[in-house]
Amino acid sequence: MKHTVAVLVENKPGVLTRVAGLFSRRGFNIESLAVGVTENADTSRMTIVVSGDDNVLEQVMKQLNKLIDVIRVSDIPQEDSVNRELALIKVGVDSNTRAEVMQIVDIFRAKIVDVGVKSLIVEVTGDESKINAIEQLLRQFGVKEMVRAGKVAMNRGAKVVQSEKK
Amino acid sequence: MTKPKMSGAKAIIESLRRENVEVIFGYPGGAVLPLYDEIYDADIRHILVRHEQAAAHAADGYARATGKAGVCVATSGPGATNLVTGIATAYMDSVPMVAITGQVPRSLIGYDAFQEANITGITLPITKHNYLVQDTKDIPRIFKEAFYIAQTGRPGPVLIDIPKDTQVETIEFEYPQEVKLRGYKPTYTGNEQQVKKAASLILKSEKPIFYVGGGIIFSNAAEELRELAECIMAPVTTTLMGMSAFPTAHPLSVGMLGMHGTRYANYAVQESDLIIAVGVRFDDRVTGKISAFAPNAKIIHIDIDPAEIGKNVRVDVPIVGDAKNILKSLLKFVKQEQVKTEAWTKKIAAWKKEYPLTYKKDNLLRPQFVVEQISEICPDAIIVTEVGQNQMWAAQFFNYKNPRTFISSGGLGTMGYGFPAAMGVKVGKPESTVIDIAGDGSFQMNSQELATVVQEDIPVIVAVLNNGFLGMVRQWQELFFNRRFSSTCIENSVDFVKLAEAYGALGLRAKKKGDVKDVIKEAVKSGRPTVIDFVVEREENVSPMVPAGAAINEILDME
Repeated sequence: MKHTVAVLVENKPGVLTRVAGLFSRRGFNIESLAVGVTENADTSRMTIVVSGDDNVLEQVMKQLNKLIDVIRVSDIPQEDSVNRELALIKVGVDSNTRAEVMQIVDIFRAKIVDVGVKSLIVEVTGDESKINAIEQLLRQFGVKEMVRAGKVAMNRGAKVVQSEKK
Repeated sequence: MTKPKMSGAKAIIESLRRENVEVIFGYPGGAVLPLYDEIYDADIRHILVRHEQAAAHAADGYARATGKAGVCVATSGPGATNLVTGIATAYMDSVPMVAITGQVPRSLIGYDAFQEANITGITLPITKHNYLVQDTKDIPRIFKEAFYIAQTGRPGPVLIDIPKDTQVETIEFEYPQEVKLRGYKPTYTGNEQQVKKAASLILKSEKPIFYVGGGIIFSNAAEELRELAECIMAPVTTTLMGMSAFPTAHPLSVGMLGMHGTRYANYAVQESDLIIAVGVRFDDRVTGKISAFAPNAKIIHIDIDPAEIGKNVRVDVPIVGDAKNILKSLLKFVKQEQVKTEAWTKKIAAWKKEYPLTYKKDNLLRPQFVVEQISEICPDAIIVTEVGQNQMWAAQFFNYKNPRTFISSGGLGTMGYGFPAAMGVKVGKPESTVIDIAGDGSFQMNSQELATVVQEDIPVIVAVLNNGFLGMVRQWQELFFNRRFSSTCIENSVDFVKLAEAYGALGLRAKKKGDVKDVIKEAVKSGRPTVIDFVVEREENVSPMVPAGAAINEILDME
């Protein structure tokens, strides 16, 4: 089972190492990780997807909380939250297939952000299944290169993950 | 008010003074030269060890004996890496410590400079937190935070890595009044609802048992534990780390549990209907086969570290907070109430009579006898141990009365810990007799510190239970590897009496039972650093024993 955890951390060097190191030495598996600064410049937010049962999730959260540079740890439930990933996919095309690829891109409300003679780059955002689906469809044309950013997630409604509470 | 200007090195000393540090254990080197130049004039005692590992263990021993953070210093690279075993030892046993290392100048970091090692990276998993000073003006804040982090919540070691150029650079010194750490707010008071729930479980229980560990000692809760145990008439078993938290001779004491615990402690845990676990972490050496651990018991788990709760066993009533506070409030709820443990305490008393800790009482010099004699002649001594059989016999056969009188590497099990740790203990508690109960294997891992104790006049006694074997490993080879004593025989490796004398310490030897008393008395009387070579039975085993992976009531007797 996969869990998404939002981790607010001090925005300073070495913090990513501390968090990543914790996962590896405690035997937790990171499925995906995304880091960026938050509304406060001194705080970064990591979104970590970890696989394991509820006990694993509890240990992950408790162990993360023990790190001095970790300000807050919060479980983001799948339902009741917005989950997004981003991918750039370079697809091989020729004059015959270009239109078909553009059609697929349209259906997925993705974007073409670069066009070359023999290839184009598709930018797609969405949840994991959407990105998996478009990748699957584009494969028939030849995916030359793909890069996916880690998942980011946010609770729906008024609920926020803030640094004040811990 | 103008802030005084000073070098980073001076700022380090000033910060240590603000933290009331009275002693540091260290070893100089290139990257800490500016710091050592300040130490030369400082009114803080510096004890020059002969190996950095010993500096870390000495700081650790000092901390365990006094409750204050121990401080050790080493240079960059090999100096810093030599601290690693000592830091890991302190981390596993939650010992407050501040380790200071020199680092190559900032401009050289990352270039594989001479004596460069990424010590913050190396110690990441074995420190509670660590720092690399990147801006000299951060030194006072970092020291303030380091001491705060090391000594609060669940204590632990903190390392500060200080590049040489920051030790030289001048800053305006201002020591912060308080720390501002958004991500670190330990909980001290237990949740009242949870405490009430625990109290009601206690009052319902007919077979309760306290299972307590190092947390009792670190939170200075021994008195509260005793009051509560006497109030509800529940037996108390301690882990190795909890030895001395509860008086050995107390009628409610059932001694240590687990692999080399007493039969009656293990039986009591297995039959109990309620375990009151305080400052413990359900380590595998304690629980044995975890699925068969205390099958009928509900569990109350009191710990300051929320991550320990539910880590190894399911818990019925978790309470996060300081042991002292929580035991106090528990006492309030149960004080006036009737308990129903009479049949239980009787049963335990009968077990104690039936299965006492014992050994063969013949004319041969057995190691257990040595420990008993030490207990008799030096009842108020602080016992430090090495690791292995010596450690188990020290736990089993000394009569402990007061907390912080049993000091041992429990979690990491570091051979070579005892002697340098004893040195730190003696520095922190100069009035106490400090005895390192050692094996001939462990002692040889840090015996170079004889030079330190002689030079610094730190009169500790090393009682070597010399059986010419790496005894605990030999015991396992005897039991589980068909007596194939692979690389465990270290017979005649050194003449310990001459070794002591070579360093200018006192060397004594006992070969017969009749000699034991005299040499112990002579060592104490001498007031000098002393090594006693007790030439004991070679193949004595630690008993009882629960084989690794078995349930803790599946006990073997070794005779």
